[in-house]
Amino acid sequence: MTKVRVAGAGITKFGRHPERTSRDLFAEAGATAIKDAGVARDDVEGVYYGNFMGELSEHQGHQGPLAAEALGVHAPATRYESACASSGVALRQAVRDVRNGEADVLVAGGSERMTNLSTAGSTEALAIAADELYEVRAGVTFPGAYAMMATAYFEQFGGTREDLAHVAVKNHANAVDNDHAQYQREITVEAALDSPAVADPLHLYDACPVTDGASAVVLVSEAYAEAHDLDAGVAITGTGQGGDRMALQDRENVATSPAATEAAEEAYADAGVTADDVDVAEVHDCFTIAEVLALESLGLFETGEGITAARDGITTQDGDLPVNLSGGLKAKGHPVGATGTSQVAELTKLLRGDHVNSEHVPEARVGVAHNAGGTVASAVVHVLEEVAE
Amino acid sequence: MTEDGESVRDAGFDEFLDALAEGDSYYVECANGHGSLPPRRVCPECGSADLAETPLPESGEVATYTKVHVPAPSFADDAPYVTAVVDFGPVRLTGQVLADVEDVEIGLKVEPVVSETETRGERLVVFEPR
Ligand SMILES: [Zn+2]
Repeated sequence: MTKVRVAGAGITKFGRHPERTSRDLFAEAGATAIKDAGVARDDVEGVYYGNFMGELSEHQGHQGPLAAEALGVHAPATRYESACASSGVALRQAVRDVRNGEADVLVAGGSERMTNLSTAGSTEALAIAADELYEVRAGVTFPGAYAMMATAYFEQFGGTREDLAHVAVKNHANAVDNDHAQYQREITVEAALDSPAVADPLHLYDACPVTDGASAVVLVSEAYAEAHDLDAGVAITGTGQGGDRMALQDRENVATSPAATEAAEEAYADAGVTADDVDVAEVHDCFTIAEVLALESLGLFETGEGITAARDGITTQDGDLPVNLSGGLKAKGHPVGATGTSQVAELTKLLRGDHVNSEHVPEARVGVAHNAGGTVASAVVHVLEEVAE
Repeated sequence: MTEDGESVRDAGFDEFLDALAEGDSYYVECANGHGSLPPRRVCPECGSADLAETPLPESGEVATYTKVHVPAPSFADDAPYVTAVVDFGPVRLTGQVLADVEDVEIGLKVEPVVSETETRGERLVVFEPR
């Protein structure tokens, strides 16, 4: 089985681009990734593309061919949809196809256009990641679902809104120097606590913003990298995916995310590493509580102990285990379909040493990316490692 | 809704709401005792196709909840409201609690009924504190 190298990474500025189509955003991210990789456009054998709400936001289905066109490549292209994990699952399939020898050069990425919708429109669009019959019709919103997870977490393991505020403060601090980030500004715990309530106990500053953006990575086989003398010193050595019942009501415990635990266990075993080996992580913090659940699912913290990780300074820039040095979904932004591959693009740069925040993890060799769909009915985890050239 | 405005039912789910509205609510139970909510053709836990409608316990306990301040457009006039996942033992059910959030806590005993949203008059599951 061949090793899969990340040869190139590209991310647009995440933020408000209400006038730009998702195909245009993807064209930018993809061109950046292909140029970064130094591969010939003609060598790209497939495009694996993530998008979630294109039918609602752009009245556009069947987006795979548009994604390939946007890159100027003539190759089969397929759209993958798994809510907020859309490009994570697209990437996973690309990784497997390179490994299996099906292809030597693939582009995996994603794009999402969201800010052209009204706040009400995006609230409605995001809600369809929940169970329509049993959740949406009861008035459960996306923040409302995570709020119910937070309520359950507080009841079972303890924790306060202030603990969650520290997660937001940390991720904003990480985004300040990241030019891809939507919010390049710091916030305070007080400001987070004082922000308006969205769904108790979650307030505005516990939530990621509505974002437009795209991201892409170029995957190549080890043989191709060697034959073309590519500078591709980061490999994806582990991939895992987990699933859970769609509606919160059908889960045994809504204060944990077992789909992510399954994904992480599979990815670690695949890579031959353990949670102890992880030096840096990008996790799916669509809400502050989601980062806490992610840290515990990834085995980086015991169940019930992730809540104070940011407050205790363990996951901050200068902590032992920096998490979301990109700013996370919280401050970098969350263009839903683009998030999974943007995490891997950021981690690649962090490990290569050319990320603006690489200085905080100079010795890092193992990174983990955690991408969740909906209220973690879907989860994808990838392990990235720096490899000797 | 179809294009001409004629309402089309969601088989299984609408019958479930009808029964709940008539005080005759049920869940489906497989041969191995796993509970789930319709529509089902097999048990999501074990795959058993031997499913029987079984009476839902009259009351349940709040397992978790939130007060939603920012609703979707279809609940614009309903907000703020409290949603909860309620534990009935064999199954859990999501709906809105007819109480102030200050009066809701995990473990609160409630019974399910069917009501209508203020915004669009659509049916939904609500819970009345006992
Ligand atoms: Zn069963």
